[in-house]
Parts: sequence; structure tokens; C-alpha cells
Amino acid sequence: MPLPQPSDTTDTVELRIPSKAEWVAVARLAVAAVASRLDFSIEDIEDVKLAVAEACTNCIQHAAGSDQIEIVCERAPGGLTVRVRDNGRGTRPEAIQSRRVEETRVGGLGVFLIRSLMDTVEYDVHPDCGTNLVMTKKVSS
Amino acid sequence: MDIKVTVRAERGGTYVVDLNGEIDVYTSPKVKDALGDLIDKGHYNLLINLEKVRYIDSTGLGVLIGGLKRVREHGGSVRLICTNPQIRKIFDITGLVKIFGIYDDEEAAMRALV
Repeated sequence: MPLPQPSDTTDTVELRIPSKAEWVAVARLAVAAVASRLDFSIEDIEDVKLAVAEACTNCIQHAAGSDQIEIVCERAPGGLTVRVRDNGRGTRPEAIQSRRVEETRVGGLGVFLIRSLMDTVEYDVHPDCGTNLVMTKKVSS
Repeated sequence: MDIKVTVRAERGGTYVVDLNGEIDVYTSPKVKDALGDLIDKGHYNLLINLEKVRYIDSTGLGVLIGGLKRVREHGGSVRLICTNPQIRKIFDITGLVKIFGIYDDEEAAMRALV
């Protein structure tokens, strides 16, 4: 019997993890599993995995008062949208700036990596309800 | 998920740090401690073997950069062995490939240290 084909509608997978370092691996592996349901290459799946991990790490390190991170994956025919949202008091603006690559300081690489690995990246920072990151990865034709 | 860290002395005062596992925000403190211990003991020529590292994120890169900065203050160096294309890609896109010497195997890295 043939295996059922992925539907051409949007499917949504939601995950909520404690805002603690030990749970980031769970988030990245879960999102990688979702990404593997699309026609992504192994390299693209690794890109998404790292971008999600960097987003979660930023929540843990910079979102004061946050105790939960919500990750929502929307699988559409053309690609994957991932939303990563914390419930803190809003990330400091400098925490979502990409560093200059030639700098050898420690830190600041996470946002640079997210922007490099994903096709679109948008931050929405609210002082009262946390930071919402929306990023997309298109399936390469 | 964990990272295993093994340290061994090699010729010419070089210390090789073999890493096995995944380096992320949870496991990178263990790597940072291992590098810090070596540097505190006066070992400034380090060869970090990433051949068995399956994953590294920005916190892992930060630990390597921090170690490099510390050894450079004493005229030392940090060289990396890395053959995993996905990890190599992270060093490429961050530009860190220009800061670290990255080699395909231990012998090549040791030759470059001499």
C-alpha cells in the first residue's frame, strides 16, 4: 500500500519548553523532525535546527523574567515557518543585533547565525509580553 | 545529550583536547572549564579535536573564541581539527575560519604548530 503523501495544507506543531539550557536540545530535535517532513535537504534541516537552538538560547540568556519558550512550526507546501516566543519582559535591543563577523569577542554570534541560515527573520519585541521571533526557510527548488 | 572531554599531552608542549558529543548552551560550560584548567596551568598551545562533535552552536563557538583570546595573551594558539561539513560551514559563515587554524587531521595540525 503506498504511503500517504504530505498534505498541501498548512500543518502546525507546537512545543513549549522551560526556559532552561537543558531543554534546548529537545526543541531543536523536535523542529528538525518537523523539518524532515518537508523536502528539505539534510543541510537545510541542520540550518533550521541550529537557528531554532540559537533563538531558544537567546530567550534563555537575554529575556529577563521568562520561564517558558513557545515554539510553533507551520509546515506549508513551500517551506517552514518557525515562531519562537518567550514570556519575558522583552529582550534588550542589543541582544538581537548581529555582531560584526571580524570581531573576536565572545557572544553575539547567535543572531548572526539565525540571519545567515534562515531565509527571512523578523523580531517583534514587546516590553510587556516578551520577544517574538518569526523565521522562515523555503524548500529549495 | 552530553559532551565528553578528554585531554592529552602531545609533543612540543601541545595539549590535545578531544571532544565527543554536542556543544550547546547546556554542555559548553564543561568545555569552557576544561580549556580554562589547561590555560590556568600554563598550557597555551592547544589543539581542539572536533572530529567527533556532531553539533556546535554559538555558545560553543564563544567558548573556543574565549580560549583563543586567553592563550593569545601568552603568545599561544588554538588550532582545530574539523572534518564535519556542517560544523565547518558554521566556521565559514561566521568568519571564524580566518581566526582559527582548521585542519583535517591531527598530524597536519601538529605539523603547523611546529
